[in-house]
Amino acid sequence: MKPEATGSGTIAARLDLQDPLFWRAGAVSVTLVMIVVLAFLSVDSMRVISVGGRNVPNYDVINYRIGYQFDWSRKMDVPVIGGAQPLFGKTVTEAEATALMDKGKLVIQSRNCMNCHTIFGNGAYYGPDLTKSWLDPAWSQIWMPMTGKATREDAMVEFLMHPDKYPTWTRQMPNLNISEDEARATVAYLKWLSAIDTNGFPANFGKANTSR
Amino acid sequence: MYRSQKLSLRYFGAAVALFGVMIVFGLLSALYYLHPSLLFDVFNFSTSKTLHIDTLVIWLLMGFLGAVYWYLPKELGREVEGMWLAELMFWIFCIAVAIVAAVFIFVQYGSSNEFTLWFINQGRKYVEAPRWATIGIVAVMAVFAYNVVATCIKAHKMTGIMWVLVIDLVPLLVVYLDAFPAITNMSVDLYWWWWLVHMWVESTWEVLIGCVMALVLMDVMGTSRRIVEAWLYIEVMLVLGAGILGLGHHYFWIGTPEYWLSIGGFFSALEPLPLLGMVVHAIYDAGTHRMKTTNRPAFYWITAEAFGNFIGAGIWGFMMTLPQINLFSHGTQWTVSHGHFAFWGAYACGVIAVLYVAKQQVSGVNFLDGRAWKWGFGLLNLGMIGMVMGLLLAGMAQAFFGRAIGGSTLMAFTTASENPWFVSGIYARFFFGVIFAAGYVVLVYDLLTAPKHLPMPQATPEPA
Repeated sequence: MKPEATGSGTIAARLDLQDPLFWRAGAVSVTLVMIVVLAFLSVDSMRVISVGGRNVPNYDVINYRIGYQFDWSRKMDVPVIGGAQPLFGKTVTEAEATALMDKGKLVIQSRNCMNCHTIFGNGAYYGPDLTKSWLDPAWSQIWMPMTGKATREDAMVEFLMHPDKYPTWTRQMPNLNISEDEARATVAYLKWLSAIDTNGFPANFGKANTSR
Repeated sequence: MYRSQKLSLRYFGAAVALFGVMIVFGLLSALYYLHPSLLFDVFNFSTSKTLHIDTLVIWLLMGFLGAVYWYLPKELGREVEGMWLAELMFWIFCIAVAIVAAVFIFVQYGSSNEFTLWFINQGRKYVEAPRWATIGIVAVMAVFAYNVVATCIKAHKMTGIMWVLVIDLVPLLVVYLDAFPAITNMSVDLYWWWWLVHMWVESTWEVLIGCVMALVLMDVMGTSRRIVEAWLYIEVMLVLGAGILGLGHHYFWIGTPEYWLSIGGFFSALEPLPLLGMVVHAIYDAGTHRMKTTNRPAFYWITAEAFGNFIGAGIWGFMMTLPQINLFSHGTQWTVSHGHFAFWGAYACGVIAVLYVAKQQVSGVNFLDGRAWKWGFGLLNLGMIGMVMGLLLAGMAQAFFGRAIGGSTLMAFTTASENPWFVSGIYARFFFGVIFAAGYVVLVYDLLTAPKHLPMPQATPEPA
């Protein structure tokens, strides 16, 4: 390489910047090592977050009661799957649950939900986070009386279909022409979502002003 | 002037226009926070926000393409291969952007079926554009990659910067293919979505802008190639060394295993290092050249880029990246504060620097300076810092009152959003947003005005 007539005695020279090849080797090797590590971690993560994996329950979890409690061994809030509590009073098979989830996810994408709300904290921050929305006390405290529905899921369906009729605050959810089938699938999706182990996010959900 | 540089001027024009559209929808989105009933059920927040963030991605991408088409022939000493294809793709790109924007504005959303995903809205943040348009972007990137590689081969010449650029094209293309799937399982969906968002923005784009900055530094300050290339390799080593596993800071709360808390926390805490390196680099170069430059606006925007990248991406990111804090700060306006500052510092300032490089060559002056650019520089940076501070205030109120104390329910969210700190922060954001918009107007005016022919400033004697 032809040496250039600059920089001798400068910081560059002292840092050995005269030899880019050394740094090039460093850049290439560091990048390759990191990619290999990421590949291994991704394979393992996929095992954990696939449906039925350690952190993500099967879709038919919507047949059961779901809670969210502090786990002293893990020092964080974790979802707790309880006894039977079928959604809309009807126990579904794994295949039926999967069809509901496919539909529910399509509703969430087609209505651009994530550009107002967040899920797992990812989204647009204009509306509340939906990670544990199934467990939100507002359904029983506000919307069940407001819609006159007897169950949480029926109140959710009614709200999703006509959100502009049930405002709770100055920021309102717009009417997105969600059909009844779409609303029921979305409720199923949100119930399943609340059963995912998210390493304790969000912390203390629904526990303000209680014993803790 | 090379034909490829004429194309890059077109890309710069489109980028600056979309920069303006982004500001319009940014101001509108900010206005919903102050007047929530605005355009209710007619033109909802989600649509405005989508247009704001999508035009952000597209104008920066167009700015990068323009910058590379500008420097490619200079770097390799010959015209770019396959120019007719590149010119065709530019028009396809523009028409596609216009159609997608029109559909977003007038159709907004669809029913829950595949048709919506293909032709209306994919509803995944940053990749809302329907699939047909996504295919279009892949085609634009593929032609861009072909132009770069074919020109290198025809020129029988490779420089270090070109090697980095060519290799960076691979993830630029491959990771973008992640814009298509609609996986039902949200955890898996977001796992791969973050490859697209993080690997593009925090890795591939950082490397790309590193190449562009290296070329600009040689151009406006006459920094030697060996120094610039050594720094580029160091930057790549640190950006990818920290950034690839720094991806883990997005895997804290999406259902992924607990080890990501440690891995993501550790590596993302290292992510400011390469950005600090860029600051050292910029100061060092400015010092060795006694702040002497032939293009003062470009020089100032590069300096703003170095500092903005370090503070906005590095410090603002570090502030909220450790899981113990992120548990509460995640998904609040705190994130928005970091997002605005990081995109501004890391990319927008760099693209604006290249715009001034192009302006100097087009107008043929030996020394570019004046008064208007200083107003644009000042107003844009003041507006951005004001917005960032307002959002930080609002976000901290949300983190403390909404998340830590309130427990993130609907009531907690509402209460935090009525907190006076939140409200005043949101007002400040809008106010400084208007100042930012004023800065944009001055910037456009200055870019379009022919510069005066100024004498070179008296050179300071070099130290012995």
